[in-house]
Amino acid sequence: MLEASNLECLRGERRLFSGVDFRLDSGEMLSLQGKNGSGKTSLLRMLCGLTPPANGEVRWRDQSITTLGDEFHRELCYLGHHNAIKEELTPLENIVSSARLAQEKLDEQAALEALACVGLLGREELACRYLSQGQKRRVALARLVHEKRALWILDEPYVALDASAVELVATLVGEHLRRGGLAVITTHQPVRVSAERVRELWLDTDDAAPAPF
Amino acid sequence: MLLLFRAVIGRDLRLAMRRQADVVAAMFFFIIVVSLFPLGVGPEPDQLRKLAPGVLWVAALLATMLSLPRLFADDYRDGTLEQLALAPQPLGVVVLAKVVAHWLIAGLPLVMLAPVLGIQFDLSNDALAVLTLSLLIGTPALSGIGAIGAALTLGVRGGGVLLSLLILPLYIPVLIFGAGAVDATVTGLGPQAHLSLLGALTLGGVFFAPWPTAAALRVALE
Amino acid sequence: MSHRLINWFRYASPQTFYPLAGKMIPWFWMLAAIFGLTGLSIGFLLAPTDAQQGEGYRIIFLHVPASWMSMFIYLVMSFWAAMGLAFNTRLSGMMASALAPTGALFAFISLWTGALWGKPMWGTWWVWDARLTSELILLFLYIGFIALQAAIDDPRRADKAGAILALVGVVNIPIIYFSVKWWNTLHQGASVSLTKSPSMATTMLWGMLLCALACWMYSIAVALMRARTIMLERERHTDWVRTLLAAKE
Repeated sequence: MLEASNLECLRGERRLFSGVDFRLDSGEMLSLQGKNGSGKTSLLRMLCGLTPPANGEVRWRDQSITTLGDEFHRELCYLGHHNAIKEELTPLENIVSSARLAQEKLDEQAALEALACVGLLGREELACRYLSQGQKRRVALARLVHEKRALWILDEPYVALDASAVELVATLVGEHLRRGGLAVITTHQPVRVSAERVRELWLDTDDAAPAPF
Repeated sequence: MLLLFRAVIGRDLRLAMRRQADVVAAMFFFIIVVSLFPLGVGPEPDQLRKLAPGVLWVAALLATMLSLPRLFADDYRDGTLEQLALAPQPLGVVVLAKVVAHWLIAGLPLVMLAPVLGIQFDLSNDALAVLTLSLLIGTPALSGIGAIGAALTLGVRGGGVLLSLLILPLYIPVLIFGAGAVDATVTGLGPQAHLSLLGALTLGGVFFAPWPTAAALRVALE
Repeated sequence: MSHRLINWFRYASPQTFYPLAGKMIPWFWMLAAIFGLTGLSIGFLLAPTDAQQGEGYRIIFLHVPASWMSMFIYLVMSFWAAMGLAFNTRLSGMMASALAPTGALFAFISLWTGALWGKPMWGTWWVWDARLTSELILLFLYIGFIALQAAIDDPRRADKAGAILALVGVVNIPIIYFSVKWWNTLHQGASVSLTKSPSMATTMLWGMLLCALACWMYSIAVALMRARTIMLERERHTDWVRTLLAAKE
């Protein structure tokens, strides 16, 4: 389903990684490991199509994601470093409006259920600027509850989360994989996901490798 | 696509309502700049009447410059822009919606303030009407063209000053036809030609500018 | 067809372009010198004194070519920008950034010589003539391009952002020029115009054309030199630059 071939990433004059190959099928998860600055986030952004790779190609259902374009985006749920939530809005407004922007149908009842699932019931009318970092991350994670998309790309989903929320994310990812979804996750913590196949990919290039032209 | 369009506008307007200070600040900037001119050049009504169109239009350009840097910067910083770029719709539509929202928040208040400020400059009723009309027609172009600069300078150091450097030269035609329309009314030539050209600029600016803007946003997100 | 395309792209790689440019630069310098010397000697020695303007008019042998080049270079720059966006070749961005300072220089020279010309002719350094005003705006556009590229650290992003700006600029230049002209006729009437000599002597024209050719050749030579420097700077970690530098030492 998701296939990366010979991916290469250049940042300024540095080559972060090259020759990254993997293939991920339905129900599989890729756990992306590597030191700080090894290019994990860059790889995820390449898989989303935000950053064009310096070399190589990302394919989804055997077609290049650049040709698929919106068709690919319709099946993708990307959770980046930033939470993509607005401090001025309440959690409820945030997930309703971001669902609209992502062209997801979400009524208020479903939104409240999603918030309950991530443990924010009772905070739905409080502006997000009054929430803690962990609670803001939970608002962002609510998308995983209500969006039904095939490919999850999660960048450090556990940052700022407490033990119970980490457990919740692991459960959500597990359910997603059992439904036949795919997930690519970077994290510094061990992922305890009960899935048949968790693959690991290590990004460990020698530092400051020169770019080969 | 229309749904997305409305969702973006609705969200931006709601956000603007939650932090009205920014909107009000840009409006007061406009008022203060315009009010400074009589203090600088003297209160003779004849001279003021001659200066009014140019002064009001230049002040409108500067007030727009003040609100432009935030057009995409907040969304860029908190990750919303990435999500918008990954939404299954052309990014150009999102940009167009944001341009419309920006005009409603930053452009329309200027249009509504203009007749009041025009009175300070002893403009006749006709001239006041044309001034307001020219701003109404021309300010959307300012939001549209400005969006290109806002996208190009996203996340760049010294972005605000750079934005003015990039965009103000491109505003010149709007300034010429906008202020020219009022001038033509005052001198009795009739503003129709100016206003039609201004309308053409706005149509061009609002409907073509979103595409280079979207391209620039993608470059900024890489 | 595809074969030819591949050939072109081969030259678009800095590695092959660098030595090629190195070989071309002396030739362009030589041409610039020949054209410049002939053009200027025609302009100063052969061309007759203008009946109305006296000797002062001779500044057009620099002024007019400089204005032409400033506009032409912007077009070439946006051509490279478009190529860079369309084919994603590294060379295009480098050429665009290499051309910008030369274009800005010519725009500046054009304004300066225009002022020097204006003082004896009109009695003032600056008039808000449509051409002078457009030239000033063109200088602003060049400066914006250079400033934007300088403000972005990542060269690839700088190239792309600059390319978008250059293309937006080239679409806008006719609109700006037209609007400035409109504004000018409304406010001044067409009384002041830079080309008011209807019957320009043939020798003058030749002198001017030769000077324009000299400026053209100079621009190519300088742009290539600058592009070579940019290449070395950006690709200093690559193997070909290393072997090149090792061979020089």
